[in-house]
Amino acid sequence: MRLESARGILGRLAVLIALLLVRAACADVLPDDRADLFYSKYSGGGMDITGYSALVRKKFTENFAVEGSYFIDKVSGASIDVLSQASQIKDERKQKTATVQYVHDKTTYTASYIESVERDYRSNTTSFSLKQDMFGDLTTLSLAFANTTDTVGENNGTAEVPIITWLGHAGSKSYDIDLSQILTKNFIAGVNFNVITDQGYLANPYRSVRFIDASNPNGYSLGGQVYPDTRTSTAVQIEGKYYLPYRAALTASYRWFRDTWSIVGNTYEIDYTHPISNVWILEGRFRYYKQNSANFYSDLFQYAGEYRFEGRDQDLAAQDNYTIGAKVTYAFLPDGWKMFKRATATFDVSRITFHYLDFRNIKDFGVKNGYKPGDEPLYQFNATVYQVYMSMFF
Amino acid sequence: MHRIRPALFAACVLMTAACSNIQPWVKPYERDRLADPIMAWDRDAISAAYLDHIRESREGSRGASGSAGGGCGCN
Repeated sequence: MRLESARGILGRLAVLIALLLVRAACADVLPDDRADLFYSKYSGGGMDITGYSALVRKKFTENFAVEGSYFIDKVSGASIDVLSQASQIKDERKQKTATVQYVHDKTTYTASYIESVERDYRSNTTSFSLKQDMFGDLTTLSLAFANTTDTVGENNGTAEVPIITWLGHAGSKSYDIDLSQILTKNFIAGVNFNVITDQGYLANPYRSVRFIDASNPNGYSLGGQVYPDTRTSTAVQIEGKYYLPYRAALTASYRWFRDTWSIVGNTYEIDYTHPISNVWILEGRFRYYKQNSANFYSDLFQYAGEYRFEGRDQDLAAQDNYTIGAKVTYAFLPDGWKMFKRATATFDVSRITFHYLDFRNIKDFGVKNGYKPGDEPLYQFNATVYQVYMSMFF
Repeated sequence: MHRIRPALFAACVLMTAACSNIQPWVKPYERDRLADPIMAWDRDAISAAYLDHIRESREGSRGASGSAGGGCGCN
């Protein structure tokens, strides 16, 4: 049986390798050299996050390019889970990314390394991908693999004088298959299949479960979360982009998600892009997302240690949210300036409304204002995301 | 072995094929609209990665948020 299975796999591998080796009459090319400066601001749910980023991409030959980026996130405030425990977060995340890309005929090889450092969290990701244009350049197939190792800690001190306790490690492996297909001269479609496996310390140490406790004046007490130490998720996204009868594009996508914690998520997104001459590009988008809760999630457990695994992280709660977004891109320097061929400036704003279906607001409501544990209003909040960036192409 | 043979045959056929032998139903000269920057899947990689990061830290879902390739494959 095992031999038969191995033969089947060998056969499929032979076809796959052959597909990737189909010879091409003309070579793929790398994108233009560019430099980007990026600013972002997120405000919502008690958190303010300001981000700054710079990216430079340079081709050294027609086949070989290098890209580097640096990103800083400055976090102040705290989400409702942390606010409920009356402690504040003030932190900074620095992320460095280095990427090399090599093109040979119709194949693009990419390797990346990402390092993300916070004082209580470290993460390193190595990824490889292979992209192949085929069938008269109507089809693009991409295979990708990423390996991430995280070190998770907790700040038991204050924002100003941190005392970090390292709690454990987590590792994840991500496998991607993407297919992009030109269907007509106005329509392109894509399918993306992704599997991620995690192992290790997967909980958020700053969030707590709550359980009924009659001896506490609040009617409940808080305790540590206990997560499973493995998780595997599968996601499939289909999307289509259509060039309208006038010069504008309409994009629609749907993503289905499921994991071994019984979370099922559905995402729907639609995007309309409308250029005005060759100077402005206007974009509007709407996104709707809905998920059920994880199988070890509860807003209120009956007693401490009721189950082997217990979580009350708001990410694991049943929720839906919708996003309305707009983007304006202005193209300037059409004739170039010094080493630059052209440039664009972009302003992007998104408004996200989160509704939780089984996560209650225990920060603002409780016994003091007449709400018993489990009767508090469901939590909801709005977040606004601003992005401003400039891209110079050379 | 009988299962591998058809696969090897298919592999040989595909390996001997060149893209010039495949007749694309959308000819290269018909792809001007697909080559328009407004048809790119993600025009701004940093912005797309940033929005993904925000979503993944507030939602249980993750992954499969991008598609392969650019808007055209016209080269």
